[in-house]
Amino acid sequence: MSWTTICSLSDINPNAGVCALLGEEQVAIFKVNGQIYAIGNKDPFSNANVLSRGIVGSLNDTLAVASPLYKQHFNLETGICLEDETVSVPCYQVRTEGDLIQIAI
Amino acid sequence: MSDKKHLIVVGNGPVGHQFLESIAASGKAGDYHITVIGEEPRHAYDRVHLTAWFETREAASLNMVADGFYEEHQITAIANEKVEGINRADKIISTDKGNTYQYDTLVLATGSFPFVPPVPGHERDNCFVYRTIEDLEAITAASKDAKVGAVIGGGLLGLEAAKAIKDLGLETHVIEFAPRLMAVQVDDGGGALLRKKIEDLGVKVHTQKNTQNIGDGETAKHKLSFADGAELETDILVFSAGIRPQDALARQSELEIGERGGIVINDNCQTSDPDIYAIGECALWGGRIYGLIAPGWDMARAAADHVLGGAEGKTFTGADMSTKLKLMGVDVASIGDAHANTPGAKCYTFIDEQAEVYKKIVVSESGEHLLGAVLVGDAEDYGNLLQFALNKITLPEHPEAMILPNLDGSASVGLGVDALPDTAQICSCNNVSKGDLCAAVQGGATTVGDLKACTKAATTCGGCTALVGQVLNAELTKLGVEVNTDICEHFPYTRQEIYHLVRVGQIKSFEQLLEKHGKGHGCDICKPAAASILASCWNDYILQPEHAGLQDTNDRMLANMQKNGTYSVVPRMAGGEVTPDGLIAVGTVAKKYNLYTKITGGQRIDLFGATLDQLPLIWKELIDAGFETGHAYGKSLRTVKSCVGSTWCRYGVQDSVGAAIDIENRYKGLRSPHKLKMAVSGCTRECAEAQSKDVGVIATEKGWNLYVCGNGGMKPRHADLFASDIDTETLIKYVDRFLMFYVRTADRLQRTSVWLDNLEGGLDYLKKVIIEDSLGIAAELEAEMALVIDNYQCEWKTTIENEERVKQFRSFVNVDGGDKDIVFVQERGQIRPATEEEKARNEDLIAVA
Repeated sequence: MSWTTICSLSDINPNAGVCALLGEEQVAIFKVNGQIYAIGNKDPFSNANVLSRGIVGSLNDTLAVASPLYKQHFNLETGICLEDETVSVPCYQVRTEGDLIQIAI
Repeated sequence: MSDKKHLIVVGNGPVGHQFLESIAASGKAGDYHITVIGEEPRHAYDRVHLTAWFETREAASLNMVADGFYEEHQITAIANEKVEGINRADKIISTDKGNTYQYDTLVLATGSFPFVPPVPGHERDNCFVYRTIEDLEAITAASKDAKVGAVIGGGLLGLEAAKAIKDLGLETHVIEFAPRLMAVQVDDGGGALLRKKIEDLGVKVHTQKNTQNIGDGETAKHKLSFADGAELETDILVFSAGIRPQDALARQSELEIGERGGIVINDNCQTSDPDIYAIGECALWGGRIYGLIAPGWDMARAAADHVLGGAEGKTFTGADMSTKLKLMGVDVASIGDAHANTPGAKCYTFIDEQAEVYKKIVVSESGEHLLGAVLVGDAEDYGNLLQFALNKITLPEHPEAMILPNLDGSASVGLGVDALPDTAQICSCNNVSKGDLCAAVQGGATTVGDLKACTKAATTCGGCTALVGQVLNAELTKLGVEVNTDICEHFPYTRQEIYHLVRVGQIKSFEQLLEKHGKGHGCDICKPAAASILASCWNDYILQPEHAGLQDTNDRMLANMQKNGTYSVVPRMAGGEVTPDGLIAVGTVAKKYNLYTKITGGQRIDLFGATLDQLPLIWKELIDAGFETGHAYGKSLRTVKSCVGSTWCRYGVQDSVGAAIDIENRYKGLRSPHKLKMAVSGCTRECAEAQSKDVGVIATEKGWNLYVCGNGGMKPRHADLFASDIDTETLIKYVDRFLMFYVRTADRLQRTSVWLDNLEGGLDYLKKVIIEDSLGIAAELEAEMALVIDNYQCEWKTTIENEERVKQFRSFVNVDGGDKDIVFVQERGQIRPATEEEKARNEDLIAVA
């Protein structure tokens, strides 16, 4: 496992997300109250690469992003869909090094 | 087929039609050959709202017969034919056209005719009555050469006629024989206030005037001479001195007739011939003629039930004659024994000369029951008081509290709806009981709008809307449905409350709002709602870093996300106007980025298939060509559709395109609870379909008619006429106030149509707030709108001018380039998203340009 630098903290608006391309893989990276989370960008319900553009928030204290297409919620820490636990997206390890955001691959 | 019985209804007015509807509703219409014969040129129309004809001058707007009703129930409807004779022995009727019809059962619904006092000169030209659409057409035609109009009769209908004459722009007089207006329904105190209010509107009222002669005038067409020596000159005269039952046909066929007219009926509405029924204003029950619509409909229902065999046991056993109405904008209501004629009755009276309100209640000698009431200037208590009177509910210890204003802000002494029996009639127009409403709530209705749709309650005069709302809430509470109106788990408030918190607390960001009034991190419900409220209040650039993460899918990227994650782009074309150069520029951009193009329903062009990173590039080119954002992505003003109007069209009476462009440019960028659509039509032909919009404007020869709260889409709603013949300045003023009031008070994602349907007090209340400024907030609303307009910016122009913002539109934060998963195929000469199957086949796929 190695850490790859993606971008700096200031590249992400507060409480919002961006998308990073790692090889062929698209990763949605979110910054919520200064904490960083990373899950797959592909919305399994629409097969479109859009999760990074969803609204983040909390539902019963679970941090989640809402798909911008059909509004299902995905747990930012596990990638599991809150509406249907049999559906999930990949989940990535992330860390910050100073101002830099890094992902484990 | 041949054993079907013949059922004939004579008279196709509101009551005759109600009879047919009742038969149709029973599902047994097919058991009969049904024929309805009317002497007027058109089928049943809403005579109660006759005066509304002046709003549109189109008979269709009053039509009561649903499309296809006669065909569906195989009813033969004959217009323009008068029944002149009944041969009861052979059961045959004959008409003025020389036709005869066989009947087994005959229903007389011939209504009434206006009484014209036999004053010498009453048959002169330009003397009218006020009953049919033809009467209104004749009055309108005569008004073109007239300056002065007078109405003889100061009762309910006379005041309606006076309003019509006033609206036609004539100097208006009302002449009444009795010492006060509406002598039957209102007492002296109420009559005096009513008179003052009507005179303040510019109508001259003459009471205790006995007209003795109508002759040639000197300054006008007629001169009226009164018994007291006074005279009045007028060009037009309308008689509205009461009605008489139209019983000529029954008299001639020797049915039993009352001493002073009216066809005598029993509780089943049968006349002295059991095969002949009489219903409505031609019928006499218990020695009384019932000149109101609700009793007429009750008779129709009772007669229909009896004709069908009496399965439901409905009978007519008299009716309450209480009324609530609005005369020339003045609320008037009368309940039961308004004149305290009951022996021992006692009155409580409240007069507020400042606010011009008169209220009186009449209670029984023991003080236990309410016998009657008179309300002028404020009739809000009507519903409660009526229930007390009808259901003989025991009055509180101090009944006067029911009409006294509650100065200390405590809840008014109303009637707990729980006190009402299930049989209590809540909506008398449509005969809906409390039990009916409760059943509907148990069946799943949760809003006043739901109840209106499934029970028809509050859909005719609307007088019971507040009471319907109370029954709804009480029943929901009883069912244990906690009516939780919180917007989501993060804020224990409604959208309306959050709006006030933001506005009053000068809150400028979601963080502040959450910190002060909420909990958790927010979600995709409260964040976009807060973003919309913040924008409605302060109109900041919505992609400020602190606002960007709040925006809903489409607002986030200032474009409409499509199913494959690409976006569509809509430049504004105000009023649907675009130059050839503009069209070429749009076409050039579409071609360069290989976008699918389509004309929208709102008269502009939608460009589909743009990827995230293409958006700023596309907009740079559009803005350079002179376009600005169309806000197609926002819960905000979309378009103001227009027809071409008087500049080109040979029928147009105003410049509808110019007006549409001005309106669109004024309100563009206004964030609201849901999207807003508007339209302006250049004449009454209404080619812009303004009556299906949130705000619709239709040109008239004198200015504009303003319609509000229409909707096409999922649940179409015809817009309501809000103001007539107003000038452009007034139009803009009303629309400013209307929009801001909607923005303030609507729920999240509630279109204006649903908002109005659930607004307590409905259209009348809305008019009061917007036109009469009853809440005293008009100036605030206008100032708030001015702030929004001053702070308008093209969000795309602001975006492309700022490199940091443009970076937010990169597909990837770490590398350049676009999303390779987005592919299209060709269809009808343009691109469309490839399906999963097509992607798997991997043939003929087209990549992003």
